[in-house]
Amino acid sequence: MTLQIWSIARRQIVRTLRQPAAVFFPVAFPLALMAVNAGGLTPATRLPGFPTDSFYAFALAVPFIQGSLFATMNAGTDLARDIQEGFFNRLQLTPLNPAALLLGLLGGVVAMGLVQAVIYLGVGLAIGVEFHAGALGVVVLLALATLILIGFGAIGATMALRTGSGEAVQGLFPALFVFLFISSMNMPRDLIPIDWFRIAATANPISYLLEGVRSLIITGWDGQALALGFGVAAAVTAAALVAATRSLRTRMERT
Amino acid sequence: MTRTLAVAEGVAWRVLRNVFKNPSLLVPSLVFPLFFFTAFAGGLAGISRAPGFDFPDGYTAFQFVFVLLQSAAFSGVFTGFGIARDFERGFAKRLLIAAPRRGGILLGYALAAIVRWALVAVLLTVVALAAGMEVGGNGVDLFGLYALALLVNVAGILWATGVAMRLRTMQAGPVMQFPVFITLFLAPVYVPLSLLTGWIKALATVNPATRFLEAGRSLLAGAPHEVALAFGAALGLGLLFALWALRGLRSAERAGAA
Repeated sequence: MTLQIWSIARRQIVRTLRQPAAVFFPVAFPLALMAVNAGGLTPATRLPGFPTDSFYAFALAVPFIQGSLFATMNAGTDLARDIQEGFFNRLQLTPLNPAALLLGLLGGVVAMGLVQAVIYLGVGLAIGVEFHAGALGVVVLLALATLILIGFGAIGATMALRTGSGEAVQGLFPALFVFLFISSMNMPRDLIPIDWFRIAATANPISYLLEGVRSLIITGWDGQALALGFGVAAAVTAAALVAATRSLRTRMERT
Repeated sequence: MTRTLAVAEGVAWRVLRNVFKNPSLLVPSLVFPLFFFTAFAGGLAGISRAPGFDFPDGYTAFQFVFVLLQSAAFSGVFTGFGIARDFERGFAKRLLIAAPRRGGILLGYALAAIVRWALVAVLLTVVALAAGMEVGGNGVDLFGLYALALLVNVAGILWATGVAMRLRTMQAGPVMQFPVFITLFLAPVYVPLSLLTGWIKALATVNPATRFLEAGRSLLAGAPHEVALAFGAALGLGLLFALWALRGLRSAERAGAA
């Protein structure tokens, strides 16, 4: 089983590395967006109650979540391509354990996502962001990032297994992007003056993922933010894994 | 001239029919500007309380101008995707052979992009007014704002057409899109230019999109400022990209529209 998981994970990593766009954009685009947003929104740090005097520190949480969204798309699209091109059918003729397929795919997503996360951290440190939770905080941040990657990767896999279409998986991207933008991505929730937006951001699980990551960077150890961040990530991951497992079962029966 | 117009009419009609018959082409160009408007005007309204933020008509109006100009530029880019698709499917080759005046092809695509953006502009304006946007400008000021956005729309379509006619593949999408995206976001999107600092202020100061935004916002507020400069920059870009598009057309002709 371990060998099977490793084989699938390695294949996922290698095929990602062979597509320069799949490596470059998940790293470069979130960082470019962070730079542009932080440049333009720096005056927000002068608002009374803004939690830090560096918008870069505030914004550094966003690439972690946005990078996870890209990882979701890549994993889902790759799996959909496997289904479309018949590789998935051929795989079913082998003694491969179905769980190994899912775990291997998610393993590949996590490996690539963690490389991205380390790059985001490195860029953050290079531009002078202070990491208030210290070295142990980095470990906790990577643990949270891993949980988020598994959850989002499972969402991508679910879409791929249900639809068997790369285009359908790509179509999910704008919806996930909406979740990212209608969150506390650019402003703390208590500083959002528009009621409906603040309510939407409060109901949006992405806000808690962002705030969990952000708390480690700008606050230090904030038990509530971390509990909510890990709690929401665990709930999303559990629900997504259940959905992915069911979809895998259905897909295997269908083929 | 008559034959050019006939070609333009045929091309524009076909593009618009395709767009309006195909929700996957129409919906994103309508929804994305509304989404950006919602996310920016709603989520970032708090920044209007930052010291030195002096736009008189509120943050909704401040962001409306950005999203209006962004939608204008991107309607052009979306039409460029359609041109690339026409080349990939071989339709453009037949079009080049059949058209007695090939300049009419460019004109047709541009007309289609204008009509397409006009729909977005109407929808965005209605939503913004429904959301309580304050308008300080009079009719002439607003005419100026939409005229400026129209020039940005034309510049966008000519830029994307030039790329599409040179590369002739859908994979050219990021080449059409990314420079427009970056140019727009390296302008004072969230706060006035005077509140920007550091590297982004240096870039925003020389960015032509800054002139469009600042002039557009001043027109909406009813206090026109550097409008002639913005129109000059938009016309200059339009002329430059018209040459770019025409040379792209020649490039496609030389390549036999393969």
